[in-house]
Amino acid sequence: MIVTLSKDSIRIAREQDTIFLRNRVKEWATKIGMGLVNQTKLITAASELVRNMLKYAGGGTVDIEIVSKGRENGVKLVFRDKGPGIKDINLAMRDGYTTGKSLGLGLPGTRRLVSEFDIQSVVDEGTTISIIKWKNG
Amino acid sequence: MDRIPILKMGDFLLVTIQVDLYDQLAETLESDLAQMVKKYSSKGVLIDISAVSIIDSFMGRILGNISNMSKIMDAETVVVGMQPAVAITLVELGLPLKGIHCALNVERGMELLRSKVILDTPEDDEDDSNPE
Amino acid sequence: MKNEAVKIIKAKKKFILEQWFQNQVENDGLREDLITNEDQRIQSEELLNSFAASLSESNFDNAQSRDFEKVEEILSGIAIARARRGFSPRETGAYVFSLKSAILKTLSEEISDAKVLYTESMRINSLLDNFSIVTFETFIKGREDVILRQTDEITEISTPVIKVWDGILALPIIGTLDSSRTQIVMENLLQEIVETGSSIAILDISGVPAIDTLVAQHLIKTVSATRLMGAECIISGIRPEIAQTVVHLGIDLSEIITKASLASALKTAFGMLELEVRKKAVPKTI
Repeated sequence: MIVTLSKDSIRIAREQDTIFLRNRVKEWATKIGMGLVNQTKLITAASELVRNMLKYAGGGTVDIEIVSKGRENGVKLVFRDKGPGIKDINLAMRDGYTTGKSLGLGLPGTRRLVSEFDIQSVVDEGTTISIIKWKNG
Repeated sequence: MDRIPILKMGDFLLVTIQVDLYDQLAETLESDLAQMVKKYSSKGVLIDISAVSIIDSFMGRILGNISNMSKIMDAETVVVGMQPAVAITLVELGLPLKGIHCALNVERGMELLRSKVILDTPEDDEDDSNPE
Repeated sequence: MKNEAVKIIKAKKKFILEQWFQNQVENDGLREDLITNEDQRIQSEELLNSFAASLSESNFDNAQSRDFEKVEEILSGIAIARARRGFSPRETGAYVFSLKSAILKTLSEEISDAKVLYTESMRINSLLDNFSIVTFETFIKGREDVILRQTDEITEISTPVIKVWDGILALPIIGTLDSSRTQIVMENLLQEIVETGSSIAILDISGVPAIDTLVAQHLIKTVSATRLMGAECIISGIRPEIAQTVVHLGIDLSEIITKASLASALKTAFGMLELEVRKKAVPKTI
């Protein structure tokens, strides 16, 4: 069972908000004593997802939570946008697939960086992606 | 508009990234570098990323772009000082930056650049003196 | 007539405690070498008091009830303390079971109707069984903590990074490489590269029992990360059977420098650093 210990929400509308988000994520990850490598992985994952959000949906909100499961603590991030949604999630999760001009590493790469990854998307309504990085995960 | 400064050092260009990059800034750097390589017909580009704590796929792509475009303008690119955590993250992300030369620090990067570039003007430093 | 047992337990607390203590004596449950009789008595009394206090007609059949949180807390405390003090699981289990038999004995003395006695006994049985489970869970958890700590220690000591020459690091890997281990290996290696300013790292896998696609992937990742730092990575200690599996599995290691032994890897490293190691010239004597 995953318990939420504290929570915050950040609005993303401009590219500069990415840096603000990165700093907040770092702050929270440091708070639970996450190691530097895992912190970097988490922040990189957040950076990827925020870019997608800005690019395809023009922005959205990010919830930051500190969660705990048994003896493990972690940081959970939930990315919500009201963008066009993803038609074929399986295809989007494949390495090298892209609709834009990127490398197509965003989603599959992000999944490799975090401990838990969940994606929900409805076409024309929006996409919600939640990721968790455990302190020692 | 923020800009990353580019220093000219002889035949090389030196870029030290001291701030956290957002996409626009990185794109500006890419085009600025292309202009500078052309302007000074530089032989090498050295990018110091020791202060960069995050490199995601976009930033990785920019580095790749810089390296490729320098190459077609006959300049070598060396990326120096990557943080261990950043290196591990890039590998996990699936972005091993193939084709980009890396070095541990600016000093080693300069050595590497010199060894890769055959300079037109023969340099007067005779390597008799031991660098150690 | 419905909740005879609850009433009896509350009323006969003192008697039950005496019984319980006596049971413990009979079961060799008292270990004076580990805990004094006096402490044991205080502990037991506290537990029984809190049990009797939280027991009510509504929660008698429901061991999950929140009313028992206090009891479970005390029990967990006792179990963990016992796990640390060196009580065996049997002794810890017997501690709770002897309480059960004490209560059952009291009930059998107080209730004359056999049918009522049977149902009440069954109910008290399931309630106390649940408490024993709690005791065991915490007991095992206490032991698990010890194991976890040891695992951490093992991973810590099993990945040493050795500086074999100026600019050359060696990292003997012993045991299987899984993803968490690879992470530690990578972190240690890269950190050491930065600290020593080394430009070559030798990964010796003679101590790795087997290589499969996953392990190979981890190795390739480590090599890629090393290159991003600006250092070159050599993999050494490839035994014949490992070479065979690598080829059979179709793993592509062509982008990695591989050597059969640490010695030949070191030789390659010398070559890359343009170093020469040779035997001291003996002055000719004729």
